[in-house]
Amino acid sequence: MIAANKMFRRTEPYILLAIIALSILIQIQSGQFYSGNNLVDLARSMIVPALFSAGCMMVIISGGIDVSFTAIGSLAMFITDKYLLSINYSGPVIVSYLMSAALGLLMGAINGFFIGILQLPTLVVTLGTASLFTGIMYGAFAASASDVPPAIAAHGKSILFTATNAQTGLSSNMPMQIFILVGVLLLVFFLLRYTMLGRGIYAIGGDENAAERAGFNVKGIKFFLYCFVGALAGITGIVRISMMAYADPSTMLGMELIVIAAVVLGGTRVTGGSGTLIGTLLGVLLMTILSNSLILIGISTYWSRVFTGSVIIIGTAVSAYRTKLKR
Amino acid sequence: MSLYVVEVCMSDVVLKATGIQKSFGGVHALKGVDLEIGHAEIHCLAGENGSGKSTLIKIISGVHPPDAGSIEFMGKKLSHLNPAEAIKLGIQVIYQDFSVFPNLTVMENLALNKELMENKKFINYRRAREIAAEAVAKIGFSIDLDERVENLSVADKQLIAISRALLQDAKLIIMDEPTSALTKKEVKSLFSVIKQLQAEGISILFVSHKLDEVFEISDRFTIIRSGELIASGSTKGLDRKKFIYYMTGREFSEEFYSRPPADNKPVLSVRNLTLKGVYSDISFDLYPNEILGITGLLGSGRTELAETLFGILQPDSGTIELKQKKVKIRTVQDAIENGIGYVPEDRLTQGLFLSQAINRNIVVSTLEKISSRIGVLNLPKFNETTEKWIRALSIVATNAALPVKTLSGGNQQKVVLARWLARDLSVLILNCPTMGVDIGAKYDIHALIRKLAAEGLAIILVSDDLPEVLACSSRIIVMREGRFVEEMNASETTEQMLSELTVGIA
Repeated sequence: MIAANKMFRRTEPYILLAIIALSILIQIQSGQFYSGNNLVDLARSMIVPALFSAGCMMVIISGGIDVSFTAIGSLAMFITDKYLLSINYSGPVIVSYLMSAALGLLMGAINGFFIGILQLPTLVVTLGTASLFTGIMYGAFAASASDVPPAIAAHGKSILFTATNAQTGLSSNMPMQIFILVGVLLLVFFLLRYTMLGRGIYAIGGDENAAERAGFNVKGIKFFLYCFVGALAGITGIVRISMMAYADPSTMLGMELIVIAAVVLGGTRVTGGSGTLIGTLLGVLLMTILSNSLILIGISTYWSRVFTGSVIIIGTAVSAYRTKLKR
Repeated sequence: MSLYVVEVCMSDVVLKATGIQKSFGGVHALKGVDLEIGHAEIHCLAGENGSGKSTLIKIISGVHPPDAGSIEFMGKKLSHLNPAEAIKLGIQVIYQDFSVFPNLTVMENLALNKELMENKKFINYRRAREIAAEAVAKIGFSIDLDERVENLSVADKQLIAISRALLQDAKLIIMDEPTSALTKKEVKSLFSVIKQLQAEGISILFVSHKLDEVFEISDRFTIIRSGELIASGSTKGLDRKKFIYYMTGREFSEEFYSRPPADNKPVLSVRNLTLKGVYSDISFDLYPNEILGITGLLGSGRTELAETLFGILQPDSGTIELKQKKVKIRTVQDAIENGIGYVPEDRLTQGLFLSQAINRNIVVSTLEKISSRIGVLNLPKFNETTEKWIRALSIVATNAALPVKTLSGGNQQKVVLARWLARDLSVLILNCPTMGVDIGAKYDIHALIRKLAAEGLAIILVSDDLPEVLACSSRIIVMREGRFVEEMNASETTEQMLSELTVGIA
């Protein structure tokens, strides 16, 4: 009984119920939701937002907010792409990941320096750096859409399996990049749950003064956090262009709002200190269903934005209200 | 200033600080203070806000290095002390906010500090559970280790902070105003924990300015004022009067407030007021020049009654008459228009704009009086009004344009009062007006309340501070479980009687 009570104090069961209800509704109306190709399609569409959301969740748990990760991801992948094209690079794809991650880490370190070391407000700093990195991309590099190096293109074509819908004949491919998502999720899970560094992120989000007094290296942890999120954004950038086989500098910009909404919808407290990966993934799944699958029941993409907006407001209001009730 | 008593400690000395000096910028916070704490001794450190108490604690616990003076701990001279080292030596501070992580479980709150001290990089939950179980066992306190700390009561959070300190082999535990957020019952159980720690040979430095507690718990005391040592010795030789004198450097006497005979038409008449589940069938009259004390325990409905009269809560039934006219008070705006003012319990969050200037806070609810018809502020009038109130209430401020948060608690409370007095009030409701305020400022506020009533204001004083209710009220009503249980004249009752009535023994 007590265990059940504790479970329903969490957000995850509610969002899971919402997802099940929505999927059944779509299934009844279209008969297409629980088809192999639709599910693969959903998983495929989740990869990039889920990668971003893992980092974004860590920042929100620490009591901060980051709106610069898509700009970091875009600039890191763009420089990597341009450079590798210019030297006619033909080696393994891992190098592009490493280079983009390193660039992302460098940009994250700028956030980390201002937020961690100089203790400036996170929203202000990341708004500034987001604009800065986007500006550099379009100004200094005169970015426009371009091809990707052969290694990335080949990586994008490697497919784990294909699901075909017998009824419609449509088929969807599960890309290899799903392994990158799984790897990142495992890493973040381990980091948050089993390392003192991860517990420190929760501790800082709970009470920064108490964390300092307990002996956590608050500045160091924050600096690490923004570097980590930067590197993760760099990796996500390459995942994105490899799946599209095309490097469009604007392809990820603006996604940050959807990602933050998914994280908050998944039960991560906006004030910091609380949040789970499962909840975040469910949040991403719900957002993806809304933007991908509503079309199956004949709702136009414009309407799906209305639904997305409503779900964000209702979802965050419900979780805010439940926190208030607990007081 | 001279020393009044300084007795040397008789038992083994655990901590001996001599001639501690510390300046911040140009401010001389400590001017050569001594502090001596014996083995297994409960030592009270008392002083008003700004006396240097917290600076002294921070020096002992290694947060600040002293400018001059020496510290010996367990016979060893300490130099270049830092917080981590202080903890290793066995000096633990339990801060007023307990320094717990509200979002983490009890288990993690207990285990994390120890793991950090041992420089662990990973967390082993099985080990953490063992550590936590051991910690709570030390003070024999039972709690769900998997509960999040934010769902616990203040008292439980404090016990967690105490057991966490014990985990790291504390020899001296410094408690910074540990009772400020506790109920009477919780204070009692805290005291038994402190006695138990003492029996185990741990010394306690108990920082407080609450007289009763100091007398009840401590063996010896040290009082500092304006950064200087005033007195130190056995608590046995201390009495109330001396204690207050050492703390403030002033002598106070409080006489009862007796209402001058005046107009006998009530300003406020309340009949059969009921808010289901909170209070019921409340009826009383309030006259001009009167201070009506309403007292009761937490949860007796006293605060809710006050909030109803000010329009924050809505009664289910009953009537309110103001100057013989029936009124409905549906909103705070209604209350203010009817000349009712309210100073809430938690002035810091409910009553003041802390980061705004003192003078702006004073006039914020009377802006229309000092503005032209189209709403432009008349600056000369603004300055004149604010200066008048700062003088009238003797608010001690170097500059009226400084933010309110730079003032002491007592002066902040006066700013709240000034704001109400700037309007023409007929009824002023005060809810625990001296909570967390220094003794000196407390007497000043009491004198002010009596003066306001003598000038004609009708005041309702809601408070659980019985000496305060006795000293200020002309008539007292005791509330228990949502009902008025007794009404009496202040001159005909005692603290003992009131105390028994509030809990329901009598």
